[in-house]
Amino acid sequence: MDSLEKINADFATLFRDGRTLLDKGCGAVINGCREEAFRKFVDLGGIPFKKEEYSYLNLLPLFSRDYNVVLKYIRQEVDMNETFRCAVTNLQTNPVLTVNGWWFDENIEPEIPEEVVICSLREASVKYPDLLARHYNHYASAARNDGLVALNTAFAQDGIFVYVPDDVVMERPLQIINLLRANTGLMAFQRNLIILGKNARASVLVCDHTLSEQEFLVNNTTEVYLGPRARMEYYQVQNQHLGASQINSLFVSEHRNSVFESNLVTLYGGTIRNNMYVAMNEEGGECHLYGMYILDKNQIVDNFSYIDHIAPHCISNEHFKGVMDDASLANFSGCIRVRPDAQKTEAYQANNNLLLTDTARVNTKPQLVIDADDVKCSHGATVGQLDEEAMFYLRSRGIGLEEARMMMMFGFAHDIIQRVKLEPLRVEIDNLIDKRLRGELSKCHHCVMKCKK
Amino acid sequence: MLKIKNLHAAVDGKEILKGINLEIREGEVHAIMGPNGAGKSTLSSVLTGRERFEVTEGEIEFNGKDLLQLPAEDRAREGIFMSFQYPVEIPGVSTVNFLKTAVNEIRKYRGQPPFPAGDFLKMIRQKMELVGIDNKLLNRSLNEGFSGGEKKKNEIFQMAVLEPKLAILDETDSGLDIDALRIVANGVNKLKRPDNATIVITHYQRLLDYIVPDVVHVLYDGRIVKTAGKELVAELEEKGYDWIKEEVGR
Repeated sequence: MDSLEKINADFATLFRDGRTLLDKGCGAVINGCREEAFRKFVDLGGIPFKKEEYSYLNLLPLFSRDYNVVLKYIRQEVDMNETFRCAVTNLQTNPVLTVNGWWFDENIEPEIPEEVVICSLREASVKYPDLLARHYNHYASAARNDGLVALNTAFAQDGIFVYVPDDVVMERPLQIINLLRANTGLMAFQRNLIILGKNARASVLVCDHTLSEQEFLVNNTTEVYLGPRARMEYYQVQNQHLGASQINSLFVSEHRNSVFESNLVTLYGGTIRNNMYVAMNEEGGECHLYGMYILDKNQIVDNFSYIDHIAPHCISNEHFKGVMDDASLANFSGCIRVRPDAQKTEAYQANNNLLLTDTARVNTKPQLVIDADDVKCSHGATVGQLDEEAMFYLRSRGIGLEEARMMMMFGFAHDIIQRVKLEPLRVEIDNLIDKRLRGELSKCHHCVMKCKK
Repeated sequence: MLKIKNLHAAVDGKEILKGINLEIREGEVHAIMGPNGAGKSTLSSVLTGRERFEVTEGEIEFNGKDLLQLPAEDRAREGIFMSFQYPVEIPGVSTVNFLKTAVNEIRKYRGQPPFPAGDFLKMIRQKMELVGIDNKLLNRSLNEGFSGGEKKKNEIFQMAVLEPKLAILDETDSGLDIDALRIVANGVNKLKRPDNATIVITHYQRLLDYIVPDVVHVLYDGRIVKTAGKELVAELEEKGYDWIKEEVGR
C-alpha cells in the first residue's frame, strides 16, 4: 500500500472506530454533517495529492508522520490564563484560549455586550441548534474540491463560536489564542463559526502558537457569516515552531453592503496552508484580504484564495507579500471568479515576493475567471530581489549594507501591515516583523504578543 | 579636502572619465558644468561609490583617506553627501526613521553614542525650518508620492541633518520651478561653513545665480577642459558649449 492509500485508510479506521467519541457532546447539526463529509473526503481521493488547488504543495510528508489524535478534551495541568497573559500593549482585547483545537475550560468570562455569545462550538451546537442549522457547514462547502475541509467537517468537535446579533457592535476586539501543547506528536481539528447579524460589527484577532516542541498538524476551519451592512476586521498572526504545521481554512459569506477586512501575518511555522474563500453573495459587498509572510530555513507557506463575485457592484482587493530567505518556499494561488450576473465588479489582486537567496523559491499563480463584461479587474505578481538603486540610496546616507537590507525588507512588509486598523496592534506587528527580519524571533515558541525580547 | 588625480572610470566596459584632475579645499564651492554626456553624473557616482562604475586608473584622496577603498556607506560616514538627481522612493520606510538610522550609523562609525532620542526630534525640527520643509513629510514614506520639488527639498533637508564635509549637488536644479529652486539654493547657502565644501554639478546657469561658485570647471568628453572663476558661468550661458568644443579641438 503506498503512503497516500495508507493515510486515507488510517483516517477511515479512525472515523469508524472513533465515531462514538466524535459524536459525544456535540449537537445534532455537527454530528449530522459527518457521514456525508467523510464520504466526500473519500470521493475526492482523501488527502489532496497532485490536485490543481494543491499543485505546489506536497502534503504526503506531512501526513506520513505519526500523530496522536485525541477525540476528547484533555484538561491541562497548568493554568493557561497565567502562562498566557497575552496582551498587546495598549490594546484591550477579550482573550479566549483554545488548546489543541478545544475551547479551554477555564477561559475568563469575556466582557461583552449581553446579547453577544462567545463560547465553545460544541456548547453552541447544543444550546443554539437553530443558529447552527442555519449556518454550520453552509459556507465551507465552497471548497468543493478540498478533501481537507471535508475531513475537518467529519472530525470537528470543538472550536470557537461567536454570535453578534443584529445592530450590535462588539467594541473590544476578540482575541482567539490557539495553543498547541502535547507530550507526543499531535493532529488536531478545530472548527469555528462566527456569525455577525445585520449592522453588527466585530474585530477578531487570532494568534496561533505552540507551547511544546512536539510535531503538530492542525486542521482549522473557520466559517464567517456577515449579514447586511455587517463589518468585520479579522487579523491572524501565525507564529509556531518549525515542527508545527497547519491547514487553515477561512470561509466568508458576505451579504448586502457588508465589509470584510483581513490581514494574515505568517511569521513562523513548519508547513502552513491558508485557504481563503470569500463569497460576495449580494450587492455592495466589500472585501480586503491582505497578507504578509516571512520565511526562512525550510519553511513552506502556501496561500490559496478564491474570491467569488456572485452579485454585482462588489469590490474585492487582495494583496499578499512575502520575503523568502534560505531554502524556504512560498506559494500563492489566487482566483477571482466573476459570475455572469456580477456586473460592475471591481476586483484587484497582487502578489509581490522578495527572494533573498538562490535557494528560496516562489510559485505564484494569479487567476481571473470572468463571465461578466462590465467589470474592472486586475491581477499581477512580481518576484524580485531588493532594489539596487534604493539600496545605494540608503548606503549613500551612511546606512550599512545589513541595516539597509533590513530597512528595505521592513518597508516592503509595512506596506501590508499599515492596513491593520487597530493602531496598537499595528505597532506590535511592526515590531514583530522587525524582530523576525532580524532573526530574533526564531527561538520563540511563545505568544508573539508577549515576547519581551 | 578632496584630491582627484588622473581619474579614469568606465561603465559596462566603456570609458567615460578620461583623466580628471581636481582639488577642492575647505570652504570652497566648485561648479562642474558641461554638455550632456560629458561625464558629470559619472563623476558624482564614482565619488559616492556606486558599484556599477569601475575605476580603471587614478586616485581619489578625501581628508587623507583613499576614498576608492571605501564602500559607499563609509564614504558617507567620512562626510560625503550627494543630493540625488533622481531621489529614490522607498515605500514603508518613514523619513524620520530613515534619518535616525542614518545619523546613528554615522555616529557609530565615528565612535559616538547614538543621538539622544529626546533631542533628535528637536534637531530635526530645526533643520526642517532651515530648509522650509513641511512637518508632515517626516512620517510619510521616504520620497513616496513626493513632487519633484519636495524630493529635492528633502535631499537638502537630509544634507542639513547629516552635516557633510563635502556635498555634491547632482543636477539639483533639474525639474524645479524658480520658487523651489530659490528655496533649495537658499538652504544650501545657509549650510555653507568655512570647514565644508560643495560641488554643484549642473548643465545650466540657473542654480549658479543663487549658489555662487568660487571655481567653475567645464567637463567635456571625460576631461576637465577649462577652469576659471565664476565669470565663466555667464560666458557659457551666452555662448553655449560649442566654443569650448572648438577650443579643445574636437
